[in-house]
Amino acid sequence: MADFLINTVGLPEWLAWTITAFVAAALILNVIAGGALVFIWAERKIAARIQDRLGPTRTGGRFGWLQSLADGIKLLAKEDLMPEGADGMLFRLAPYISFCASFCAFIALPFAFDFVGQRLNVGVFFVVAVLGLEVFGVILAGYASASKWSLFGAMREAAQVVSYEVPLGMCVVVPVMLAGSMDLVTIAEKQAGWMTNWYLFHDPFTFVIFWVYVTCAVASVNRAPFDLAEAESELVAGFHTEYSGLRWSFFFMAEYGSMFLVSALAAVLFMGGWNGPIPVATLVGLSEGTGDTANYFVRLIGCGNLLLKATLGVLLMMWVRWTLPRLRIDQVMTTCLKYCTPIAAAMFAGAMLWQLAFPGGVVRGLSRPAGEIREGWLEGPGGLSPGRREPVPHVGAVGAMESQEVVQVVP
Amino acid sequence: MSLLATGLPFAAVPLVAGLLSSPVGVAHYLVVGAILFTAGVVCMALKRNALGVLMGIELVLNGANVNFVAFSSPYLRGEGAASLGLDGQIIALFVILLAAAEAAVALAITLNFYNNHATVDIDRAEDLKG
Amino acid sequence: MMTTVLASVVPVAAVNWHSVLFLLFAAVACACAVAVVLADNVVRMAFYLVLSLASTAGLFFLAGAEFVGAMQLMIYVGGTLVLLVFGVMLTAQAPFVAIKTSPSDRVLAGMVGAALLAVLLQAAFRVEPWRRPATAAVAAPAATPIGMALLGVRADEPAAGVPAAAVRSGYLLPFEIVSIHLLVVLVGAAYLARAKRRRTPRAIDVAASSVGPVVTARQAARSSASALVPGGGR
Repeated sequence: MADFLINTVGLPEWLAWTITAFVAAALILNVIAGGALVFIWAERKIAARIQDRLGPTRTGGRFGWLQSLADGIKLLAKEDLMPEGADGMLFRLAPYISFCASFCAFIALPFAFDFVGQRLNVGVFFVVAVLGLEVFGVILAGYASASKWSLFGAMREAAQVVSYEVPLGMCVVVPVMLAGSMDLVTIAEKQAGWMTNWYLFHDPFTFVIFWVYVTCAVASVNRAPFDLAEAESELVAGFHTEYSGLRWSFFFMAEYGSMFLVSALAAVLFMGGWNGPIPVATLVGLSEGTGDTANYFVRLIGCGNLLLKATLGVLLMMWVRWTLPRLRIDQVMTTCLKYCTPIAAAMFAGAMLWQLAFPGGVVRGLSRPAGEIREGWLEGPGGLSPGRREPVPHVGAVGAMESQEVVQVVP
Repeated sequence: MSLLATGLPFAAVPLVAGLLSSPVGVAHYLVVGAILFTAGVVCMALKRNALGVLMGIELVLNGANVNFVAFSSPYLRGEGAASLGLDGQIIALFVILLAAAEAAVALAITLNFYNNHATVDIDRAEDLKG
Repeated sequence: MMTTVLASVVPVAAVNWHSVLFLLFAAVACACAVAVVLADNVVRMAFYLVLSLASTAGLFFLAGAEFVGAMQLMIYVGGTLVLLVFGVMLTAQAPFVAIKTSPSDRVLAGMVGAALLAVLLQAAFRVEPWRRPATAAVAAPAATPIGMALLGVRADEPAAGVPAAAVRSGYLLPFEIVSIHLLVVLVGAAYLARAKRRRTPRAIDVAASSVGPVVTARQAARSSASALVPGGGR
């Protein structure tokens, strides 16, 4: 897009880059905010259905479509209260820290082949790391509110973070190992083709570890049954007891943003990212390289794929939330440290051995030939042989995909 | 006061302008590392809260890390400057890992101290004084 | 006004965005580091430290050390500092939130700090090649060589004067030593920080023999967790 602005519109370079950056930021912001609106509505409807109720039915038509918008307007109009003994600066900043962490993690998330804020070679790592910063907002909010309920929520959150980060990291390592790269774009690209190429179905170990990942992901976004930080039946509302109005809604946006993010990450790591279960686009002859418009179309479909998968993940989390009871804090720690961590470690070793035994995948006919799964770093740019800089073509099972190499050159 | 408020930015203009238009070198990073390091040392010396001292240590380690990364980075290397290459980044990684270990132990000691003495003021830790 | 003056001095096209981002991150890192020193409230100190370390991670990204930057965010900021904040909260009772230092100590520490800073800055600017800005355009950074080096295979060219055997061995041994060290340290820390209380009978035994109320015994047994449950001493 920057190239287009520079070459076609004739804007100066700096302006073009700035505009591009703002457009990208606005798009990501829309995913979070728009997603939150839709998901809050969906959550209300799903919760209602699970509890045999109707949910919102009046606002904005038959299904209460506009309920979250109405809620948003109500929140905007609410008075912004701050408790008397609160630490003013931290109290005001905390929601924005949460939101910023959630937002920043989206930077490295690829929505489709080229639809990524900034392609990082440590993408997975970056996303998980930045997502981990969200807890600071929660902890600071809990402390700064000068309320016992909030402080309890914050303490529980801190204890919970230390527990789930370990197995979460281990789960994430498995697809990284299979793909031979931490770049999210590369990882998704390696799963192109039929859905048997997804790492979810790569071997039994990855299938198990996917569910471990789901458990840890639910813990990482503070959703029931791991919502100890805001346990509303014990701690009033936990860390956001004292918040109201816009700041409170920022916490909510951060929560729904991270829900979407961990689901999208699961989609990229285990479910082929933007590659659909059936490679429709390549079957009908559309592929990367057919032409600019076709490219764009394919990527748009891919983007839809990813959004669909991520939404399914979010819906799964809602289902879980309204089905399972909340765990106690020691049960959370037991779940994460005593069960998830050893399982993840064992599955990691298993996946490693499986990769050693069947380097070409199990279903030969549908997977790509073994020769294609050679380690890309040996000859990739920035890999072992310096000096080689031309893009390495990754030939997919069905269609040829040219991998575009993003070479950053610092001026 | 008003003269200071308006004069200072004007005095800073050429400096900032020079920084903005020229690429960053190793020395820039070294300055940041030096400031972090000094802040950490002063923090260690000044704080009476045991956790404050711990934070000072983190700052010192971080300042050292900035230097390691700066020396190893191919982006910052000027003509004729020696480089740490990969070693710098790996040492930085080890520093981060060991800082985690150090923080865990220091925190455990602090909590133990707090349990036994009901304070975190390190000036009160004088049981071993002869 | 500042910006207009700046714009007149530097043509916008000449602005080096890498430098701008560097200045941004560097300013936040340094300002927050100084704020850690100046703040009295221990929770705020922790908050400033988080900001400082996070922007240092940004500096690492700008220097092309993306893996180190992500590691810094994950382990340092996401792990170590959470632990630290946890410790702060466990001990942050009113008298300890802000322990004041005497003014004379402050002056002394300020002088020492200023002297140290002067020495370091002079050292930073003394070596001439360090002041020269980067010239070469290099390939995009990759994390693989670091991983390979940790596993014992060096991918980059060794520095001059290093024996070949040392290069070939890479960092496998230090890596293993650090891993074991971490394990030992964590076990030791857990041992050190354990709650020293008389071992109470487990809740299930109590329930079986129906001696005493279950709730109390269970909460006493889970002493580490009971701090996190409201009304833990109930």
